[in-house]
Amino acid sequence: MEEHTLVSHVPEFDALFPEKVKLDTRPGFSGFIVPSEFLLEFSKEIRDSWGYDILSSITGVDYFPESMEVVYHLYRSLGGGALVVKVQIPRDDAIVPSLFSIFAGAEFQEREAWDLLGIKFEHHPDLRRILMWEGYEGFPLRKDWKEAYYEEDAKPFASRWPEGVAEHSEKKNIFGDNVKFPDNFDPEDWVASGEEALYLGLNKSGKSKDLDTEMLIINLGPQHPSTHGVFRMAALLDGESIVDLKPAFGYLHRNHEKIGERNTFLQNMPFTDRLDYISSMSNNFSYALAVEKLMGVKPPERAEYIRVIMAELTRIASHFMSTGFLLNDLGAFFTPALYALKERELILDVFEAVSGSRMMCNYFRFGGVVRDLPSGIPEAIRNLAFKRLPAKVDELDHLLTDNEIVRSRCMGIGVLTGEEAINLSATGPILRASGVPYDIRRADPYSIYDRFEFNIPVLYHGDIYDRYLIRIEEMRQSVRIIQQAITQIPEGPIFEGRSQYQVKVPAGEAYGRVEAPKGELGFYVVSNGQPNPWRYHVRAPSFINLTSLRTMCLNQKVADVVAILGSIDIVLGEVDR
Amino acid sequence: MNPEKNKLNINIPPELENQVAITTLDKIYNWSRASSLWPMMFGLACCAIEMIITAASRVDFSRFGMEVMRPSPRQADVMIVSGTVTKKMVPQIVRLFNQMGEPKYVLAMGACASGGGPFKEGYNVVSGIDKFLPVDVYIPGCPPTPQALLHGLIILQKKIEKEKLSDAEWYKKDFYEEIPVPILGPDLIDPRKYHLFKKILQSADEVTVEESDAKGEEA
Amino acid sequence: MGISGIIKGLGITLKHFIETYLVDIQYKGKRYGAEAGILDRKSFDTKGIFTVQYPEEKIAVSEEFRYIPFLVYDESEDGKRDIRCTSCGICAKVCPPQCIWITRSVNPETGKPVPKPAKFFIDVDICMNCGLCAEYCPFEAIRMDHDYEIANIDRFAHHIYDLEKLLKPASYYAKIRPTQFREEDDARKEKEAKKAAAKAVKET
Repeated sequence: MEEHTLVSHVPEFDALFPEKVKLDTRPGFSGFIVPSEFLLEFSKEIRDSWGYDILSSITGVDYFPESMEVVYHLYRSLGGGALVVKVQIPRDDAIVPSLFSIFAGAEFQEREAWDLLGIKFEHHPDLRRILMWEGYEGFPLRKDWKEAYYEEDAKPFASRWPEGVAEHSEKKNIFGDNVKFPDNFDPEDWVASGEEALYLGLNKSGKSKDLDTEMLIINLGPQHPSTHGVFRMAALLDGESIVDLKPAFGYLHRNHEKIGERNTFLQNMPFTDRLDYISSMSNNFSYALAVEKLMGVKPPERAEYIRVIMAELTRIASHFMSTGFLLNDLGAFFTPALYALKERELILDVFEAVSGSRMMCNYFRFGGVVRDLPSGIPEAIRNLAFKRLPAKVDELDHLLTDNEIVRSRCMGIGVLTGEEAINLSATGPILRASGVPYDIRRADPYSIYDRFEFNIPVLYHGDIYDRYLIRIEEMRQSVRIIQQAITQIPEGPIFEGRSQYQVKVPAGEAYGRVEAPKGELGFYVVSNGQPNPWRYHVRAPSFINLTSLRTMCLNQKVADVVAILGSIDIVLGEVDR
Repeated sequence: MNPEKNKLNINIPPELENQVAITTLDKIYNWSRASSLWPMMFGLACCAIEMIITAASRVDFSRFGMEVMRPSPRQADVMIVSGTVTKKMVPQIVRLFNQMGEPKYVLAMGACASGGGPFKEGYNVVSGIDKFLPVDVYIPGCPPTPQALLHGLIILQKKIEKEKLSDAEWYKKDFYEEIPVPILGPDLIDPRKYHLFKKILQSADEVTVEESDAKGEEA
Repeated sequence: MGISGIIKGLGITLKHFIETYLVDIQYKGKRYGAEAGILDRKSFDTKGIFTVQYPEEKIAVSEEFRYIPFLVYDESEDGKRDIRCTSCGICAKVCPPQCIWITRSVNPETGKPVPKPAKFFIDVDICMNCGLCAEYCPFEAIRMDHDYEIANIDRFAHHIYDLEKLLKPASYYAKIRPTQFREEDDARKEKEAKKAAAKAVKET
């Protein structure tokens, strides 16, 4: 008999697999605990029979001193809430089977869990460090690993007040810098050996030719003219075509998660600005949602409308920048980028008047926003949304869309099919350009997005041109949302409760996600009742979208690789955190 | 310098006599260098976005001669280190600095490049690029607004205009200054600090020698 | 491959080019160097040249703009400085990168702590301009400054700000943040008026 399942309904897996799957009954926690022997079979089952085909996030958590945990968040591509699956393993023998064979998008996230926490994934094709370099000593995110400038487990530090003697932290260390070495380390004996593993991983299979030619390994980056940041790709070339390509990053790894564990919940808010530094309001939004889930607080109506307006303005600003820099990568040095940056400046003026800073806004709090819109700003937003932005988006469209050079360089290049995109955990404009109509604002609505009328653009070729068109169309839909929001915004308070710097967060876990301009941005926060989080993980869209870079670049030319990277639209602050 | 050629009807104090004629040459030389500083297209993090906006239309630094941003270090004069300097990236930054041609300048933009910034306590963050490179101007802020960056560049121009040709190091014989590239070991190793490692190893040896002495006495 | 798309794009750039001169003619030479001209370049229907020529013309920052913090003191009639800070330490506790160091003063005779700061340091090379210190100060003593022209050649000499460098008068605060100053001033006067009224009632 056919049963109709609602997408929002999570099946009771503890009843379906009685011996093996248990419900997580810790207070504040949810999800299913699966033993590591059963994990592969279980994942196949939920993907094939129950429709959970998007593996959104893999997080390792160190529950010092008892155990370690790997937490998986899965979603259905038809929509609905999360399925949370956990595997618990002992700390000194942390081995989990790799999900790479079922979900190809697990590749980078499992490498990160190995790098930072020391959890080994069996049958992973290439388990090397990803954010730190080969040869680095220790697993930094473990609770018993202390960094060189370690003072206390959690802020605020007593040395600031009331002791108050200012000194540079460099004086703590004989080296005058942030380094620490194992005992009896002699640098003259050290031989650096990280690069061979990267180059040996590039394989030459798949090409058989009559002429026996040598293949060339080149490095694109970390310093290169395309302005995407310090990102490096090691490519194996046959002439001008790519045979294999491996990204390498970690050049901007700023230890956001370790610092996040030392900060209190409020102190983390300015740090989230610096993740995707082009769209800081979206990052704040996602983090505020995660912690508000833990606290059980809901912001007042006016604050919700302000949040939506800021998030959509951020989306427009980010897409302008992304389109401008895609054209930079294609070689149109700077004219489209200048036009795009001009519009972005007007939006940044609004951000500066509202929050105090153009880029690092720090505007959201747990329960609302910091302050109300100053006088003159609702008028400015209205002028932007009704008079300027629609005309300027159309102008950018006319400038670029019919341009023959853009068309011939972007159509059919860097194709990613829908099934590949879902399997590689791609989210955001990449997923929608490949034919999958998945947008979190419609699939799993948060805040007040269910009150607005807007469409989700979807295209079916999956190439660079489609991603560019999707971003232009998303800008138009965002303008539509802002027009509705600024007309309907009510008067009222903008913060729930009293503003206090010592935020009380009950124990538990929460995963808050938003549709950021680059994809799905999620924050996984675990609290144990203390003022600072126990685990703080960022599910970064750019990082996970890069898993699809290799698939898109095979058999393309070197010049196309730069354009493909531009169309994925990465921001290194997110990729490396 | 030939004092005969310097026939002015002013009483020049003796210590200045050898320098008066060079002043005009100095001025022209410095003015032409300060007015055509080419930055290297080298952005690390968030400050790089503000740097790109300084190159864009609202605040345009090509009005100051910095029109061309070259990605190749051989063709650039100023390295604007914009963003957090991480240990993994430092060998690359030092190599790029070594490849720049003299005269070259370094501008540390933002709190992270000046002194580690908000991420100073991180295990992968270097507390400021001045641990490895000689920095000329520091611009605080997180991120510095485009106008603040331009103010910093104007201070750099003023600094260049005060330089003297006679003091220029790169015209002297035997000028060879290359900063040794750091190595990525169990943590970042700075080759200029090998003597500190030796000191630690020596003091560790002294401790073990003392212990064995004590044991010898007891037995 | 035709060229009609390229021509369309070139048409848009030509339109921008011509608009530049038309707008300049419209303003009859008053577009640059004048306040009205700068505001026109910030408005939502700006056309023509967008560049604001720093340092001759500066874009005014908004009132909420935050850069480096400063400490507020009230000037009394005899010229003495009444520092508002009581060294409660909330700003040092709430600062995310922990860049504020405070020592409370101690009365030399009695040995009891005095609610005024003896030493107050902010390391500008760590400050991330977030504004949390100013947001949570209960005495309205620390606020975010607007001055962004603080670049320097030597950071070890100048980049740790001590109490002297941080203190600025309340008149300066009123100049850069008029709305916020007026709100706080009104609230304080109201509180004082209520207290005076309560005292008057008690005395009668």
